[in-house]
Parts: sequence; C-alpha cells; structure tokens
Amino acid sequence: MSTLTALARARAVASAVAQPISTVRHVHVSDRPLVLIPLALAGEASAPLAAMVGDDPGSARLLVVAQPRNRDQRFAFAAGLATVILGYIDTFRSAVEDASSGADREPRQRFADAPQVLVPNRAGIGFVRLLGRSTRFRRSDGEYAVDPAVPVLGRWLTFLAERAEYPGSCLLLAATEALALHWASGQSPVEDLNLAALLGWVDPPSGMTGPEAAAAAEDPLTCPPAGPATDPTFDNEVLAPLIAACARADGDAAAHRAEASLRAALSGQLTPTWKLMWRAVGLLRGLPPGGRVAPRWDADKDAFTGYVTYLGEGGPPQPRRDSAVAAARRLDWLERAQAGYAIQRALDDPLVMAEYRMTGEAFAGTVTAAEPGRIDGTGRRRKLRPLITVTTEDPVRIEAGTVLSTPGRPGQKALVVSVYAGRPARVVLELSGGMGRALIPVPGSVPEVGDRLCYTALSDSYQRSWPFPAREQTPWTHGGPPPEYVPADEDASEVWS
Amino acid sequence: MTAADVPQTSAEAEAAEAVAGVLAGLAGLATRRGPGGMATRDGPDGLAGLAGGRHRGVVVDSPPGAGKSALVVRATVDLAMAGEPVMVVAQTNGQVDDLTDRLALAAPRLAIGRLSAADYVPTPRVLRHLTVSVAQQAGDLAACPVIVATAAKWATLADGIWPWAVIDEAYQMRSDMLLRIAGRFERALFVGDPGQLDPFSTVESDRWLGLAWDPMQSAVAALLRNNPGIPVHRLPVSWRLPATAVPVVGEAFYPFTGFRSGTAPQQRRLEFATRGFAAWSADEPIETAAASGWALYELPARHTVRTDAEAVVACAALAERILQRGAVSFSERAPSGELVTADRIAIGTAHRDQARAVRSQLGELSVAGVTVDTANRLQGREFDVTIVLHPLSGRVDATAFHLEAGRLCVLTSRHRHACIVVARAGIPELLDAHPSTEPVHLNVPAKFPDGWEANQAVMAHLSRHRVRA
Repeated sequence: MSTLTALARARAVASAVAQPISTVRHVHVSDRPLVLIPLALAGEASAPLAAMVGDDPGSARLLVVAQPRNRDQRFAFAAGLATVILGYIDTFRSAVEDASSGADREPRQRFADAPQVLVPNRAGIGFVRLLGRSTRFRRSDGEYAVDPAVPVLGRWLTFLAERAEYPGSCLLLAATEALALHWASGQSPVEDLNLAALLGWVDPPSGMTGPEAAAAAEDPLTCPPAGPATDPTFDNEVLAPLIAACARADGDAAAHRAEASLRAALSGQLTPTWKLMWRAVGLLRGLPPGGRVAPRWDADKDAFTGYVTYLGEGGPPQPRRDSAVAAARRLDWLERAQAGYAIQRALDDPLVMAEYRMTGEAFAGTVTAAEPGRIDGTGRRRKLRPLITVTTEDPVRIEAGTVLSTPGRPGQKALVVSVYAGRPARVVLELSGGMGRALIPVPGSVPEVGDRLCYTALSDSYQRSWPFPAREQTPWTHGGPPPEYVPADEDASEVWS
Repeated sequence: MTAADVPQTSAEAEAAEAVAGVLAGLAGLATRRGPGGMATRDGPDGLAGLAGGRHRGVVVDSPPGAGKSALVVRATVDLAMAGEPVMVVAQTNGQVDDLTDRLALAAPRLAIGRLSAADYVPTPRVLRHLTVSVAQQAGDLAACPVIVATAAKWATLADGIWPWAVIDEAYQMRSDMLLRIAGRFERALFVGDPGQLDPFSTVESDRWLGLAWDPMQSAVAALLRNNPGIPVHRLPVSWRLPATAVPVVGEAFYPFTGFRSGTAPQQRRLEFATRGFAAWSADEPIETAAASGWALYELPARHTVRTDAEAVVACAALAERILQRGAVSFSERAPSGELVTADRIAIGTAHRDQARAVRSQLGELSVAGVTVDTANRLQGREFDVTIVLHPLSGRVDATAFHLEAGRLCVLTSRHRHACIVVARAGIPELLDAHPSTEPVHLNVPAKFPDGWEANQAVMAHLSRHRVRA
C-alpha cells in the first residue's frame, strides 16, 4: 500500500466513508456488460452449483445444478451457461470498424465493440478459469459426449480468464477490484474482498455511515456471500436438505417441486449480489473516463477480434501448460503491459501522478521564466529549442540530462538542463517537438510564465520487443523443442475430477 | 606475485585448486572440439557429434568475494588463447565495463569487442584500452575473439553461433533471458552466487510454477532442471569477507555448503585516527563494529513509513562519523593501513525511495562519494565498511519481499571490514509474528536457505553486538 493510499484509508476511517483515490475512471465500462455470479459446491473442486447471469439488470437468468456431484448435470449446466454467454458474445460479432493505424499500414478491421463480463471478485475470475479448463477439452462425439457449445464456452472462458491477467484489460473484471482502484475504504484490503462491505463504504445507504453499512454486510442472512463459496450455515441448514430432497424426489411432480424450492433458495442467495453488481456498475459509470481508457479498450477489441478469427480458423483449445517459449513470451507481454498501464494511469490522473511526485519521479510546479524563441545554432541546422524554468515545492530527484514529458503535451520532450535543488527547487528545461515546423513556435505550444505543469520521466511510448526463438528452436538449456501439441481426450482429465 | 601463482596458505592452495579444476574441465571440453576450433554452422547434428556425450555446460557457484570475476577473466582468456571465440555475458552495463577492463588488463594483446546499445556512452575504463573496440553490431566485431555485452544486448542478435559463452552473475539472470540467448552458443560456463537475490517480476507468475522452464527462475535453476547432469563446482574461499563475517554469512545463507575466509582473524583491523566522545551516539556503534566486525544500531521500536526519517538520519550520521573519525583499515592488501575514504563506504537499503532519502540526507550533511543503493544494485560490489538499513526495520508485517534471504545476504556480505545494521527494535518479535506462510507448490524445488530462518540467524548474531540509540 502506498503512503497516499494509507492516508486515504485513514481519512476514510475518520470521515466514515470511502475516499476517492483517483479523479478519473481507469476501467472501461461497457454499455451492456454481462454480469456473471457463479456459486460452487463446497468441498468439490470447481463444481458449479448455480449461476446468475445476464446483461439486463431487470432480467437475471438463474442456472442451477440440482446434484452438483453428477457430471452429466454439470455439463448440462455448462450447456445452459453457454447459451447465455455465447449468445451474448455473438451480439458483438457483427458491427466492425476500421482499425488501420499509420499511413502505410495494411488496412485492418476489427469488431466495433467487445464483450465485457463482470464477476463479483477475484475468486470469481478463478472460477471462470477453472470452469474453462474443465470444459474446453470436452468432445461432442464419442464417449462422454457433451453439448457442442460446451467446449466452445470453455475456450471463451479460458480466453477471458487469461486476458484478465493482462494489466489494463477490461474484458473480464472483478467488481471489488474495479471499485478498489477508485476508492479507498476504511477497512483492510482483505475486508475489501467482500463486495457488500466495500460497497457499503463507497456508497452507504442513506442514514448509515460506511462502517455501519460494512458491518451490516457481514450478516450472511441479509448479505449472502458473493460467491463462488457459499455460506456454511446456508450449506448445512438449507442447501443440503434441498439437494437431498431433489435426489429423493419420486415422480415428475415431486422432482419439479423439489427443484423449484432449490431454485428459490439459491435465487435468494444470489439476488442481493446481483443488485450490488449493478450498483457497482452504476457507480463506476458515474466517473469520467480517463483519456487512455479508450485506447486500452481498443486493444481489448483487437484481442477479441483475434480470438474470433482464431476460432473461425479451427484453432485448437488453449493448451494446459505454456511451452518454454510461450511462457517467456507471455511474461514479456505481461511485464510490458504492466509498466505501460501504471504509467498511463499516472498520465491520466493527477492523484495517481501524486504517488510519483512523492517519490521524486515527477514534479509539478509553475513556469517562472520562459525563453520561447530560443534557437539552438550549434548544429548544422538551426533548431527551435525554447527554455523554460519550472519552480516547484516537490522533492525533485531527477538528474540533469533526463528527458521528461508532461501529460497535456504528448508530442513535446523536455530535456533537463539543470536542477537547483532546495525548497522551492528550480528546474531548467529545454523543449523540443510539438511546436510546428518553423523557427517560431506555434502560439500556445510553449508553456508561458504562470502556467502550472507536471513533468515526469515516465513515458508510455512504444518500447521495441526483441524476438524470442521459435517454438521448434527451443534451446537445449530449456529442454529442447517440445513435441507438437495435439489436443487429446486426456487433456480433460484432472487428478481431482 | 599473485595468490594464484604461488599458494602461500592453505586457503590459497584450496582456492587455486578449485579454479584449476574448473579450468581443466573447460579445457577438456574445448580440446574435444577437434582441429580448427571454429564455430560450426552445420546444425544440430554437427553439434551433437562434437559434444560426444559430454556436458554442454559447467556451473560454478561462488560465495561472496570468492574470486568469481577472476575466474571469469581467466576462463575467457584461456578459451580465447586456445582459439575458441567466446561471448561473455554480464547482466548490467557496469558489470560489462568492469569485465572488459579486467580482460584487457589480463590479456594485453587480445582483441576484445564491447557490444553495446545505441545510447551507450563508453566509460573511461573501456576507452583506455587500445585493444577494445566498441560497436553496436556484432558483425563489426568479427575480428575479436572475445565479445562482451549485456544479456539484454545479446538477446537482440538474430544469428551467429559462438563455440563458448561465459555467463557472469548467472543467478541474477532470468530463465527467459537465457532462453533468448541460448541459441547463440554451443557450450557455456555459468558463474554466479546462489545466495544472492532471485530474479523477480512485477507481474503475477503463478501459472508457470512447477514447470522446468518457468521463466521466473534464475538461468542456472532452469539449466539444471532441464539438464540434470551438468557439473556444479564451488569456489571454497571468500577473499572479501573478514573472518568475523564468514561464520555468520555462511551459517545463515549457505547452510549446506559453507565456505571459509581467506584471511586470518587478525589480518583485518579497523582503527580510528581520532578518539570519540562518550556522549556522541554515533561513536559507540562504529567502535563496536571496528572491534567485532558487526554492530546493530538499534532505534526504539516503532512502526514507520518506508522512509523512516530517524533511521535515514542514523544511516547518514554513521557514514559521516566514520569519515570524521578518520577510519584506517589494515589488511593483507595494506598491512600498514590505508584511510577509509568515502568511496569505500556503502549504505544499503531494501527500497529505492529509502536510498534516495539517505542520499539527500548525506547531501544535507555535505558528505560526498558514499555509495547509497538498493540490494539489487549492490550485488557484486565490495566496500570496506557497509551500513545497512534493515529491510524489516519499522515494518508492521514481514512480506516475502522483505524476508527474502538473498536481499539480506547481499546487504550483509559487501564488506571487507565491518558491517553496521541500523534497525528499529522488535525485528525478532516481528519474525515470530510472521512465520513463513508461502504455499508449497508441486514440482518446485524447495529453496534454501529459508528467508525467515536466515533473518533469525542474522538477528541472533547481531544481538551480541547491539548498541541502543
């Protein structure tokens, strides 16, 4: 936890309501997200018990497994879920937009929007991953055949879960994490994992304080857990008798009655979370989006388009494990995305940038001197190189010779000529770029005396990635080339299944 | 007369024997390549024939200051003299420049290539050698039998195969980096210190746990897991650490292998040219450290932010006081004593913001030239006296990062004479309240030493040299 977040948490305690830790929204929120609340059966690894799913707050679809230990019913549940989720995904596979970038690039198209699945918490993402793993290798022919939609669902769930590891991606989001990115509550990060308690701090019902709302959220009768784990008392006193009744039911009418009671009980467990999820969506929608949210969503749309194409070409399901080269390449992607995402958030949001100002990696100050028409005549060609002096109260720990930039002027670089440390500190900067082609700067392109600016060495400019060896050239140090991956029936078996 | 030429003590003899064993092993592999000795480009079949069932790699584990760099230089020069082009891989530009300098001094007639990125500015210690050429393309250095570069630079090469690679600080290199450069060499000598910091990443990497090619492992771990037969040698003698430090560092961080000190207990001494004041709080810890090699300067227990202002002031004040008192070090290098100047003192921290805070405090005291850096950046460096801001000082919790054995090992094994640890009271209690809770994963080799245990061992020893502020 950073010092500023710790301060915000202390303030949240003092004022009994969560404090904003960002000025803009850093996640994309779809116009029509799909909310998915899965429940699992206690004691059975990733055995689905129920799910409430839908893209309309007014009509939730409830899927229930009457006997979660029965594998046939499990895959019938998966087929039901596939109808909803694949149907939702299909609605994004028609409208396309032009995505050609650069003047000389190939013309390229991508889908104009992408699906967005919201689960309550990080454990929900884990459940999506495991359900994907248990369904993507299944076959719709031969022994133990399943509905043809089940393996397709498995691949999409795996795609979403893997994409959720990618920093800044919004195809699959956990509501608690999206909220915690924007508000600091007065409780511990572990308590923040409870969606109801966190929402209580962020948006307490009228007449209640944050801590009161969070305390009320701890009662499992009024606020059942947001899943995938269920409340143990509910398990023992309600769920177990109802499942037993379903198993005992003799005749269609009795079975129908038993199942209806089970559905009613599970609906009671899921509906409060369903309402909380849409409240969280509403709260996030209320924040103005950051400037770099849309480009990141474009990358998500590219990933979605890419996977649709891959599936259309008959690509095999994602392998159980990454090969040596795939693992190294994936780590490289993730690290780049992580670094870029952290910097983009800082550039979008002064409150995030404040963290960097605290550590001396950025400073904000006022322009106290400017020489907008300065010409550098030392080279072969005369160049426009204005000088400005920024005076700041921030602790400056940037050395001369560093190249800085400021969030509002992306095309302009500022070379640190000299730093006069002290309070206030004075930093002399030489500007280049973003001022037009003439030797006189375009009006407004050079900061004027009195302007307040924030400069930082953080840059989200493109970093070149060097190639990895091809899979068939995996070197001897890493076990040599792996055998070609052929999906097999054994892929679907698990030691615990 | 150098230690390697005429062994004088049993420690020297032992160390020389270990180095000779490694070099003989390399020579054995090299001479089996047959006449010509040039790199073959005829694909895997030719390589397999040359390997003839022998190992394609050798690993040398080296405790702190055991002559690792000297071994790298000798192995490189020997291989190059035998007609085998060598690629030398180090992890940072500073390490590459150091190695280039040492290679050029060791073999004055050997043409050495320094392969670099476009924004690299050659340092004076590289430019002073006429035999060293600096270039950005490997093709421009084709005439050099030895080419030195960072691993990151080697990873940009798409072709070329060298018969030998010498990889320095191999435990600092990540497995995915080795994957990128492994196509460039046929055989390799991996040299490094297994007790130092493991490579790290800022992203979640659990999905690869247990795989033999987990990209988050160190290069040596990946190599040994995929090639179990590779011989591992060990350098037995630390020339850096004084006799007072070897038992502590050995027991805490190298519990199964151990090593010995190259110097006798009385060979290293630290004295002061001036007398201290009884009332001056910074005098007692530095005198304790001078007498026993260790001191724990203990501030009152308190939970603090990372840049604990009092601890930062204490670190800077200790460095200032050592300089004011005119510390003189007596060692096998300088039997009649030499002044401990600012460049022989280092202050080590766990986090970069702590290092920045100490640096600005030193600036306010007008103390210049003292090295202040994080454990990651102090790896491989050596000083007379080190001052360590304990990673757990003032913390509410003990996370895996702060418990990591390698971090404390780096911080407490950089000194030739004395190490002063600055910490808030209560670290043993903090450790007791935070036992290791890291999950155990299938197929992941157990890591020794355990950070929790190593921290306890070091604190147990330091408690005997405690000075309360």
